[in-house]
Amino acid sequence: MGTLASVFEQSGLATVAISIIREQIEATQPPRALHCEFPLGRPLGKPGDSVFQHQVLDAAFDLLKAESGPVLVDYPEEIDDNADAPLSCTIPPTDDSDKHPAEAEARGLLPVWRRSYEKYGRTTVGKVVTPEQVPEIVTLFARIADGEDWTSVGLPGDPTKLGADIKNFYEEASLSLSDGVPGARQAETWFVTQTKAGDVIQRARVALEKQEAGSYFTTYILPMTQVRNPEDDSNA
Amino acid sequence: MSDKIVRKMLSRLEGYSFDEVPWVTPKPLSECRVAVVTTAGLNQEGNADWNPGDQGFTVLSGKKSDFTLGHYSPNFDRTGWVVDSNVVIPLDRLDEMAAEGKIGSVSDTHISFMGAQPDHTLETIRLDTGPAAAKILLEEEVDVVLLTPV
Repeated sequence: MGTLASVFEQSGLATVAISIIREQIEATQPPRALHCEFPLGRPLGKPGDSVFQHQVLDAAFDLLKAESGPVLVDYPEEIDDNADAPLSCTIPPTDDSDKHPAEAEARGLLPVWRRSYEKYGRTTVGKVVTPEQVPEIVTLFARIADGEDWTSVGLPGDPTKLGADIKNFYEEASLSLSDGVPGARQAETWFVTQTKAGDVIQRARVALEKQEAGSYFTTYILPMTQVRNPEDDSNA
Repeated sequence: MSDKIVRKMLSRLEGYSFDEVPWVTPKPLSECRVAVVTTAGLNQEGNADWNPGDQGFTVLSGKKSDFTLGHYSPNFDRTGWVVDSNVVIPLDRLDEMAAEGKIGSVSDTHISFMGAQPDHTLETIRLDTGPAAAKILLEEEVDVVLLTPV
């Protein structure tokens, strides 16, 4: 972000950067930066809060009054993520007894996901598959988790991107199963720790490691702070 | 708590800085045309994917709101974006600032790159795609760029 700001400034555009990793802004020294200790992914701080967003923008544009730089100012309010407090969601029951339980769970969430999409008009699912395809992809990961060779189960693309499609599908569905706007990472922790599909992805990640699928796949298939080994949990 | 851990890990990464801090003194803000440059890995027209190490950019039409967020990293919250895109690319807020006369106008064109680049030298962005994106905004008579990361 800091280097990019300097490139634009060097090209003749005055820049104001919102900063999220303070040490990186200190190292790259963009002309003007407002450091916002907000949840990663929410640089304006609070979704759905236009007053707060305006306050942040006013503080950012205020830096344009400086006569020389680099300028680095801390926004006075900090916001923490809520990863330690997973959403509480009741997943609707489904009658898919012939399916893997995690696939049945995902099928049950399809109408819920559609409600979220109708409400917000936006999705982050679609890196590789559509929301409708997510349940069958969950089953492919379940087969990997149970020991099948990941190269032969028929994954239609990069496992990390498919993992993202599944995680994002669940997170978006959760918006219709909970009240209000969730805190940052609450839906993520719910997916990873409370759902059958989250357990499948975690176990598939371990299986990919054992199969030496490559560090890229195992590093990015789940958020780094959600990585754990279910076998360790069961031995604890 | 998760973000604190991620921030601590990312704080150790190297960064590229210019020998001298470039500096443009802008017109009064109330006369400035403003564009957003985000590193959220946004696209339009349904393409929801970016690849690690991609130092290219996408041109976003501010006349539409059909953005998709395709950043490769799983290490940030996306639910805020789904609920309110202004928390990443605050085009509604900028429109309101223009209506109030705080800024001159809002560009019809905005830009997205993708952050979390493994090559900290950002050679392609510095020498090729960054200046090319800036040229597009200059042709749109943009004066001020607001940069937003995720």
